[in-house]
Amino acid sequence: MTTRLHVDWTRCDGHGSCAELLPELLGSDEWGFPLSRTGEPEPRVPRQLDDLARRAVSACPLQALRLRESA
Amino acid sequence: MSATLTTALWDLGRGAGVAALVAFTISLVLGIVTRSGRDALGLGRFGLNEVHRTAALTGVGLVAVHLGTLLFDPYAQLRLVDLVFPFLGSYRPLWLGLGTLAVDLLGVITVVSLLRDKVGPRVFKAVHWATYALWPVALMHAIGTGTDAATLWLDGVALGCVAAVAAAVTWRLSPSFDTRGWTRTPRQVAR
Repeated sequence: MTTRLHVDWTRCDGHGSCAELLPELLGSDEWGFPLSRTGEPEPRVPRQLDDLARRAVSACPLQALRLRESA
Repeated sequence: MSATLTTALWDLGRGAGVAALVAFTISLVLGIVTRSGRDALGLGRFGLNEVHRTAALTGVGLVAVHLGTLLFDPYAQLRLVDLVFPFLGSYRPLWLGLGTLAVDLLGVITVVSLLRDKVGPRVFKAVHWATYALWPVALMHAIGTGTDAATLWLDGVALGCVAAVAAAVTWRLSPSFDTRGWTRTPRQVAR
């Protein structure tokens, strides 16, 4: 089971809350839009960051960040 | 009911109402700051949003105390129906009714906001607009119903709240609000 971060780019407006809460996986471009730090387009969430990732998802003011589970 | 308890209910009920108005003022102003996408007060953008939410839920709790105490208070003479249906009360029905209206709005906004993940951003946002109706209705209720309306301290609190919200809304409506300090280059149509 792998959990990945998915950004819905039609919703994202670059508020940058996710990058503040999850700097291990996400950086910001100069306009505040999230950038993956891991080199993967949808960064894999390691188990120890699971809670922080969920917090980042719930903190997004536009509900643009999601967790995707895959086998 | 003993006279002391009655006075305590009355004082607690009024105090909770005024404190709720302050909490909603803080929440409204921080909601506007959150919407702007800017960092402020060194809290981070997620932190501003959390204080916005905490202030709003604190206000909801204070309104619950306000209703609970005044329902049992012999001066206010509230009936259960006055907590839900506006303008039926015996004491200053218009001003009391505005409070009931505010409670109704608050209930809808609170439930929809807590269910944000279920209802999605469009419904959440549409219902959140109603806070701009809720706040002035609550303010009018505080000033109009208030036993303390003519006192300096209540007028001071009300004036402070009005000034804070007026400043935030003025900023919200200014052209620079949405730009977050960026400048966008207009796209040229290639021919």
